[in-house]
Amino acid sequence: MPELMLDGHALTVADGTSVAAALALGGNGCSRTSVSGQRRAPLCGMGICQECRVTIDGRRRLACQTVCRDGMQVETQP
Amino acid sequence: MIEGRVADVIVIGAGIIGAACAQALARRGLQVLVLDAGLHNATAAGMGHLLVLDDNPAELALSDYSLHRWRELGPDLPDGCAYRNNGTLWLAANAEEMAVAQSKYLNLQAQGIACELIGAGAMRQREPELAEGLEGGLLIKGDGILYAPATANWMLETPSIRQRRARVTEVDGHRVRLDDGQWLSADAVVLANGTQANQLCPELPIEPKKGHLLITDRYPATVTHTLVELGYVTSAHNAKGPSVACNIQPRPTGQLFIGASRQFGTTDPQVEGWMLAKMLKRAAGYMPGLARLNGIRAWTGFRAASPDGLPLVGQHPQRQGLWLAVGHEGLGVTTAPGTADLLVAQLFNETPPLAAQPYLPQRFLGEPAYA
Repeated sequence: MPELMLDGHALTVADGTSVAAALALGGNGCSRTSVSGQRRAPLCGMGICQECRVTIDGRRRLACQTVCRDGMQVETQP
Repeated sequence: MIEGRVADVIVIGAGIIGAACAQALARRGLQVLVLDAGLHNATAAGMGHLLVLDDNPAELALSDYSLHRWRELGPDLPDGCAYRNNGTLWLAANAEEMAVAQSKYLNLQAQGIACELIGAGAMRQREPELAEGLEGGLLIKGDGILYAPATANWMLETPSIRQRRARVTEVDGHRVRLDDGQWLSADAVVLANGTQANQLCPELPIEPKKGHLLITDRYPATVTHTLVELGYVTSAHNAKGPSVACNIQPRPTGQLFIGASRQFGTTDPQVEGWMLAKMLKRAAGYMPGLARLNGIRAWTGFRAASPDGLPLVGQHPQRQGLWLAVGHEGLGVTTAPGTADLLVAQLFNETPPLAAQPYLPQRFLGEPAYA
């Protein structure tokens, strides 16, 4: 059961959970803020639409294509 | 079916060249009809880099004149056009390329173009993401960027311009036939449809040159200037086979635009993995941190290249009433204002703002066959 930090809050998820699922479980589901200031959330779930870009351990990743690991730092802000 | 005279001038192609010509004609009081088939040509695919190039005096004259015009237009452009005067920094990887930078500097200085030679240390202060070990660079201060599709749309909103989605299947001097068989006529027709021009005028020596591009996620303040390697001039730009060159452009959104590649003899728009990889590797050689960034989209486009790299601007020598504004290769966005001014001056039989001779279609198509 990996424990990760989502925008500074601890969250434990089942093994094999994607970061996109973790966003829905532990937050409001949003992944990022668009260039016009709107919050965005995962859409396609298969790595194409680019809506689920989050910062994981300092690098920009697709939440739907990344499996949660213990100790991960996931940020959706700004 | 005959519809008859529909405007003073018909422009074929609503890309940046057709739009700039239409705007210049409309501002002279003419009624302009712009026909566009809705195909995605170079304006939709390109980087929107506004740059002075000095491979030859004619290229320098047209790009420098056009950059002046863009800087004048800049304040009028809506935010969506994303115009910035952020400058181009040409990167020299070694002493040989630094010598190229120096001769380019002298050449541009002599034309009164604001530029500055920069040593390795000062260059990394300005652009900390650049790789260590580069020799230095040349900063061209008046260069810029814009978002060409929005800029073309803004130009086409000028009063006296009408737009129509239509595919032209035939041109006959000052008349055009649409794919529904209808003929439209005007006092003049301007052909500005880039790589599609050969389909209407097979005699035009225009060849598509494929290019790949990639855009990253937003990483604001990573890069300030448009970063282009001087190898772009010394090797890749002149190569005959497939080639790549480092070209990194910061967009106002904080995204980075990565180019550039060139391929000949293909019209397949597919993104080719090997070419994209080669291009990105080249760019990462100049900016190692690129490898840690997230690319969100890659695509291709086709430049409409003429044999001498200069556009064809002027009346078709064998087809009276048909005016050409094609063959701009990778410089169409840059040279759109200059092209439009050259075209309008010739149409109105006025003295053009720069010598029209180097761009006349006659150099490929022979002398005029009409009086």
